[in-house]
Amino acid sequence: MNNTGYHVAPAKGFWVFVIVLMPIVIAALWSAHQMDTAGHAITGMSNQVVWGLPHVFAVFLILCASGSLNPASLSTVFGRTRYAPVARLSGVFAICLLVGGLVVLVFDLGRPDRFHVAITTYNFWSIFAWNVFGYTGFIVIVGVYLACFIDNAPRGAVKVAGYVAFAWRVLLTSGTGAIFGFLVAREGYDAAILIPLFVATSFALGTAVFLVGLVLSLRWSGQVPDSDVLKKLGRLLAIFVLVVLYLVTAQTLTSLYSGRQRGVVEFLLFSGGVYPVLFWLGQVGLGSILPLMLLYSHRARGCASILTASVLVMVGGLCQLYVLIIGGQVYPLRIFPGYRSSSSFFDGVVADYVPSFWEVLLGVGGVAIAVLLCLIAMRILPLLPRALPLKSGTLVRDS
Amino acid sequence: MGSVWHLLPLMMLSGVLPLSVMADEPTFPRARGERCVEPVGVMRRAHFEFLNHHGQQTVERGIRTGRHSLAGCIGCHAVRDQHSDWVPVSAPGQFCDSCHTYAAVRIDCFSCHRAVPEADRVMGN
Amino acid sequence: MAADDQSTLPRRKFLGRASALAGLVVSFAPGMRLIDLADAKPDDEAASAEVRWGMLVDATRCVSGCEACVNACATEHGIEMTDRPEIDAQWIRKVDLIDEDSGREISLPVMCQHCEDAPCVAVCPTGASFRREDGIVLVNKHTCIGCRYCMMACPYMARSFIHINLVGQRTHSPRGKGTVESCTFCVHRVDRDREPACVEACTEAGHQALLFGDLSDNEGELAKRLGEVQSQQLRSDLGTNPGVHYHGL
Repeated sequence: MNNTGYHVAPAKGFWVFVIVLMPIVIAALWSAHQMDTAGHAITGMSNQVVWGLPHVFAVFLILCASGSLNPASLSTVFGRTRYAPVARLSGVFAICLLVGGLVVLVFDLGRPDRFHVAITTYNFWSIFAWNVFGYTGFIVIVGVYLACFIDNAPRGAVKVAGYVAFAWRVLLTSGTGAIFGFLVAREGYDAAILIPLFVATSFALGTAVFLVGLVLSLRWSGQVPDSDVLKKLGRLLAIFVLVVLYLVTAQTLTSLYSGRQRGVVEFLLFSGGVYPVLFWLGQVGLGSILPLMLLYSHRARGCASILTASVLVMVGGLCQLYVLIIGGQVYPLRIFPGYRSSSSFFDGVVADYVPSFWEVLLGVGGVAIAVLLCLIAMRILPLLPRALPLKSGTLVRDS
Repeated sequence: MGSVWHLLPLMMLSGVLPLSVMADEPTFPRARGERCVEPVGVMRRAHFEFLNHHGQQTVERGIRTGRHSLAGCIGCHAVRDQHSDWVPVSAPGQFCDSCHTYAAVRIDCFSCHRAVPEADRVMGN
Repeated sequence: MAADDQSTLPRRKFLGRASALAGLVVSFAPGMRLIDLADAKPDDEAASAEVRWGMLVDATRCVSGCEACVNACATEHGIEMTDRPEIDAQWIRKVDLIDEDSGREISLPVMCQHCEDAPCVAVCPTGASFRREDGIVLVNKHTCIGCRYCMMACPYMARSFIHINLVGQRTHSPRGKGTVESCTFCVHRVDRDREPACVEACTEAGHQALLFGDLSDNEGELAKRLGEVQSQQLRSDLGTNPGVHYHGL
């Protein structure tokens, strides 16, 4: 049992982080309690916009979670041994982020007290049911994968766990995209391309989140974060952002050609008020163009620019999900093509949605829970590598 | 004199007995009608199974026999207050609430189901 | 006067029976066709796939501004309005349409379409949203976890989520916070051989724009009428095969 390569996070600062995060977590739980007792009337959601900000955060955390597993998969499945030292952190981030996302999802249910029904009663025609199954399975599988690292399991076992985890993570993210892609009712969804788009987004977001988490964790343990691993991950991040941009462009252009879908795309991109702002400024500008400039620029190649680019990608990802999830709902359903419709149930009109204080608390609380779990995991398990390789081939320990 | 340890069982018992007396046995207003559709002992142990099964049969298959319907229970077990208004069976001290509070088991029925008899019974389940 | 007694008794008996029959007809006629008594489903019998319940909405007879069907539904199921219409449950709503080219105006009610291939049934993670054997699409609120995915999936915006604590529910229509619901075709009435409340109200209002019946019964009024007049389903391109048909669109 040779664990000299890894150590637990230092005690210094741990309780400060916990004290800062706990009030946010408690506030989020209190908010969930309020939503449960008073009903969703206290939120900004309605019969027209049924999934609000909590779902944006939940999907964001889920995509970050599955993408955070990438460095571990790169090491085990794709043989990129330079990532081996950070594979444990990668696994832990994946589990903690997913739990944070699931907490938000469960507390946003109309009947969170029926959680036990959700995890035991399945309608397997429903992609949502497969996702529930997938999320719980992901936690178990990545847990096993992580245990293989920590317990120095034989290489064969690590390989099997790694391959299963990678395949599961791709299927899970595809399933998350399919939740929206399978909806025939709404023109903002109903597209097969949402499935690979979600997978690509998870690659980008996961890498960004992992970079931020890695740098902060290493700094916490007093290490210098600048290294080959960071630079390579930064390069990967740029490629993933480009892929997402490519898929979004393909989807947008195709929809603009379609008479059926042109309306919703014109709304989300041009006429929809806050949604075009979030799309162009948030998703495209801050989330794609600026990070690409930072990552490819010759001047800015250091840790700071990679970190900034990562944070920007995360902001862009949140904007992207907000435009997709909320924007896709506010645009009216076309039940009567060729007619203008109006009714007491808001047919034919763009719905209003303003996130309420409770939803912000719940969503941010999910992030806080994820971070808190990561901190606790880093304090009790040997996850932090003693040193990162300065160039590929120099390893502290083979994982 | 003896050791204090000899007194320990007595002390424990004397702690337990008053406690058990302190917990109130459930009481609720007497139901109307002659007797329940099932014996009391059966109802105590299995009423939730009757209700769940009957509920599933009604919702999923449209079987609307009245023997184990929730509305049937309420029809006999609800009482009126001094203003002649029906008191919900889920209200404190009433039929459902009293045993459920005693047993500390949450009732999930009345967030959706009506807890008092309806004026016209033609359209009962 | 035994002879007198014998002559008046038959008349009294006749009057008694006639008034009893008239009472029977008057009490049953609004919601039942007597010829269907023979087909009444007994309480202990399950719904059968031999029947497929459906409806024909005649938009040419529907009057803009009339809310009889909506009000009847609200009364029947204990649906109340709050001061926030965006969170109010609406199982049926009147939609006013204006043709984008010709300007022609139409008014018609939209409710759950009780699709044969219902998207809401396909997406429900727990199977709470289901289609009964006889075609009525329902939410089993014992199993509903309130995830609202069915509301995202419904092409007709037919479903409502309960955003507030409810009291005073109708016995035959349990409804509660945190679950999703939609038009049930008044399943509690249909199982006892009555028509949905909206259909009854439209008839009483004199418009007769709603016709409810068994789509599988070729001799029944609904199937016959569908064979005679132009009708279509909403968003038939989606392949949901709704049980509700519209004439006059």
